[in-house]
Amino acid sequence: MIEAVIFYFFGAVLLGAAIGVIASRNPVHSAMFLVLSFFTSAFIWLLLEAEFLAIVLVLVYVGAVMVLFLFVVMMLDVAPDRLQGGFTAYAPQALVIVALVVAMLGVVLWAQPGQLSMLEAPPRAPPDASNTEALGAVLYTEYVYAFELAAVLLLVAIVAAIVLTMRKRPGLKAQDVPAQLAVRREERVRLVRMKPERDE
Amino acid sequence: MQNVYLAIVLAPLLAAIVAGLFGRQVGRAGAHTVTILGVAISFVLSAWVLWGLLAGSIQPYNGTVYEWAVVDGVRLEVGFLVDRLSALMMTVVTFVSLCVHVYTIGYMHDDPGYQRFFSYISLFTFAMLMLVMANNFLQLFFGWEAVGLVSYLLIGFWYKKPSAVHANMKAFLVNRVGDFGFLLGIAGVLFWFGSLDYATVFERAPAVAGTQVSIFAGSSWSVLTLVCILLFIGAMGKSAQVPLHVWLPDSMEGPTPISALIHAATMVTAGIFMVARMSPLFELSTTALSVVLVIGATTAFFMGLLGLVQNDIKRVVAYSTLSQLGYMTVALGASAYAAGIFHLATHAFFKALLFLAAGSVIIAMHHEQDIRKMGGLRRYLPVTYWTALLGSLALIGFPGFSGFFSKDAIIEAVHHAELPGAGYAYACVLAGVFVTALYSFRMFFLVFHGEERFDAPTRSHLHEPPLVVTGPLVALAVPSVVLGWLAMEAVLFGGFFGDAIFVLPENDTLAALAGTAGTATAMLAHSVVTPTLWLALAGLATAWFLYLKRPDLPGRIAARLATPRQVLEQKYYFDAVNEHLLAPLARGLGGLLWRTGDGAIIDGALVNGSARLVGWLSGVVRRLQSGYLYHYAFGMFIGLGLILAWLVLGIGRG
Amino acid sequence: MIGLSHYLTLSGILFTLGIAGIFINRRNLILLLMCVELMLLAVNFNFIILSRFLDDIAGQVFVFFILTVAAAEAAIGLAILVVLFRSRPSVQVDELDSMKG
Repeated sequence: MIEAVIFYFFGAVLLGAAIGVIASRNPVHSAMFLVLSFFTSAFIWLLLEAEFLAIVLVLVYVGAVMVLFLFVVMMLDVAPDRLQGGFTAYAPQALVIVALVVAMLGVVLWAQPGQLSMLEAPPRAPPDASNTEALGAVLYTEYVYAFELAAVLLLVAIVAAIVLTMRKRPGLKAQDVPAQLAVRREERVRLVRMKPERDE
Repeated sequence: MQNVYLAIVLAPLLAAIVAGLFGRQVGRAGAHTVTILGVAISFVLSAWVLWGLLAGSIQPYNGTVYEWAVVDGVRLEVGFLVDRLSALMMTVVTFVSLCVHVYTIGYMHDDPGYQRFFSYISLFTFAMLMLVMANNFLQLFFGWEAVGLVSYLLIGFWYKKPSAVHANMKAFLVNRVGDFGFLLGIAGVLFWFGSLDYATVFERAPAVAGTQVSIFAGSSWSVLTLVCILLFIGAMGKSAQVPLHVWLPDSMEGPTPISALIHAATMVTAGIFMVARMSPLFELSTTALSVVLVIGATTAFFMGLLGLVQNDIKRVVAYSTLSQLGYMTVALGASAYAAGIFHLATHAFFKALLFLAAGSVIIAMHHEQDIRKMGGLRRYLPVTYWTALLGSLALIGFPGFSGFFSKDAIIEAVHHAELPGAGYAYACVLAGVFVTALYSFRMFFLVFHGEERFDAPTRSHLHEPPLVVTGPLVALAVPSVVLGWLAMEAVLFGGFFGDAIFVLPENDTLAALAGTAGTATAMLAHSVVTPTLWLALAGLATAWFLYLKRPDLPGRIAARLATPRQVLEQKYYFDAVNEHLLAPLARGLGGLLWRTGDGAIIDGALVNGSARLVGWLSGVVRRLQSGYLYHYAFGMFIGLGLILAWLVLGIGRG
Repeated sequence: MIGLSHYLTLSGILFTLGIAGIFINRRNLILLLMCVELMLLAVNFNFIILSRFLDDIAGQVFVFFILTVAAAEAAIGLAILVVLFRSRPSVQVDELDSMKG
């Protein structure tokens, strides 16, 4: 019973927040709604016995990615009215697409109810079971190569982000060691032959 | 032994490479020293091998030297088959080649392409040896094409002379026609016999003999006849038989040593050699033998006639070569392979001799080749005179000379042949004897006897060429005279070639001859009662009468017989037909294929068409690329929708 | 009782909202990115739901990797956005048509 209450409550908040994300006029508000939807998702994930991922979602997504989003949104400082305002104009097209997708999902979800209901939920894990431990047990054995690859991918992403955004500012006072080392004598010293001055 | 055979083949090749690629480094003397050394090594070893085979101290050799590739069970390899037939050919080739090498030192003395020339003739020796020593069709074809290539290079040796370039192109193209047949023949051998190796093919020949194949609807051919005729078409090209003979007279544009080496003594006999080598195949097809017989007889007589009206000294000898090649071919057709090869060998010596003598005259006359402007040269060129006399006597088959034995054997063999067309062939070769004597001595008398028809400056420079020119003449004159006496009995009747040549008992015309003219003396005695000798003597006498006794007569005869003379001077209009009928036809066909096949279909439709199609398609697709992100997103969702729909419908069905 | 279909319906609605968001906010690159995040969230939902109902931890491993990739994607996407904004004064998608064929 309590499960149903939790599901419906957080599910409603999640959908409301998602609507807020796509319908808000202000990008900052959209980002805040997205944060809210991540939070509520994390609660429902807890209900699904994915405790570790729920925590990761909050820590990594809300703590890092969304902060980054907010940071960029605020840094770019785009006027809200210039960006938004297409809601009513584009809604019909969106409705058509949504109707199509809903129709198809509906066929999958509800046209074969027998197939879906056959999947009964397995019994709940005991209270002292550790989801983190279970995930770690497969992640570091069976999926260790994929795991390493993911690490490399993140590293590449970091490097790429830095390379993309870094720029040389003119007039920056910094030491350029390679340039100093590569310097040659001719660039610095100019020998000038002058006539000796004479006393008249 | 394999190393000896390799040395025989590779010594001239090595010399050719040195003289050709490093000609500047080794210089003129270096070039001729190294090539003569290479050919000399080949000659000595070949002679030693031949001697060993005759004495029995060396066994015939048939082995693979190098396996190049194996394709679907067919072995492509380099191998040697050295028996008495190939050993004889090797010795003849290397000996003539050696003489020509030495002679060239004098003949090409002032030529800027000295090293190049020596490189070519050495390369030719290599190619010819590869051809002769082959033990499989692939290597035979290699040698065949290689001698063709060198022949092309050498006819066009003076490449600044338009007529030489025209002649070498002509030789190349005419030979392509023959080679096409040859290649088809080899393909036929591979297809029906499943092997390219001589021994295997000959072994399977009787089994294949019964096979029939339908080429055109309704007609059925024996496979063996087909293969043999195709191979013989190759021989017709290389050995200049009618109607593929047109290139040989023109090839006289090349330097004289080449005319002697390639276009008289060796390369043109490749066809003869090949047919003799293929005797186990030809023997099984009467039709093919008949074709060979008729073609050979036609060539022997009608090409000899042309020699009567030529005025260029080398061309007279060239037509005589054509005629003699015809005799050899006739011998093959009559299954007298031994006689054909024997004539090949004797002819190689006396024809090379005649060519080199002609060259000697040309040197003395400062490259004047018109016999109407010579005469009375006997006094100035004694050595050339006597050797040319010996060569001419050998050519006409004067009793006792080498040509007598070989040619008489051929004529008598044809007399005994019972193939369809044998009667025609016999008539042709008999008439050919008279014609041969007539044109040979017409040239001889016009050049060496009678009044002097050249101008004073030429006379003042007239003297015998140096020893390097006269030496080979003498060296060639010796076998021209004595070879017949020495070898006739063994070669013709003594089973000289052993297993190398295969003759069916019912075709063995030489065996029929053995009773009446089995030995040299018996043949001499027998000749008195055959028409051959008297025809030759009649020809000689006619020549003497017309060109020495009554020099005014030939002109009057020519005037009376204007039409036949016209036909002869136009060489039976072969060139005209080729140039005005066949060549335009071929060009038209080529043009048609080029414009429609190549231009319209391949270039137009396939190459440019596909490019245009891609261009047009890109132009259409280009409009889809609006550059707006949401259009792409839209496309993605449509695709997603379609995939979902497909999945959903699939689930619904499943 | 909350069953599989309840959860799947929730994630389906979330995904559809993401799609709708992309079409509604087609002019703003940042919001497009946010909608993509929303859709990824729906996908993660599906993995976790089925991981629970099939009792298979592999689904959670997948989510783990998707989170990694999504984080990388967000970082690079935002970096590109910053660079883009530096070179032109707007992130209006309508104006980004230099790739037009």
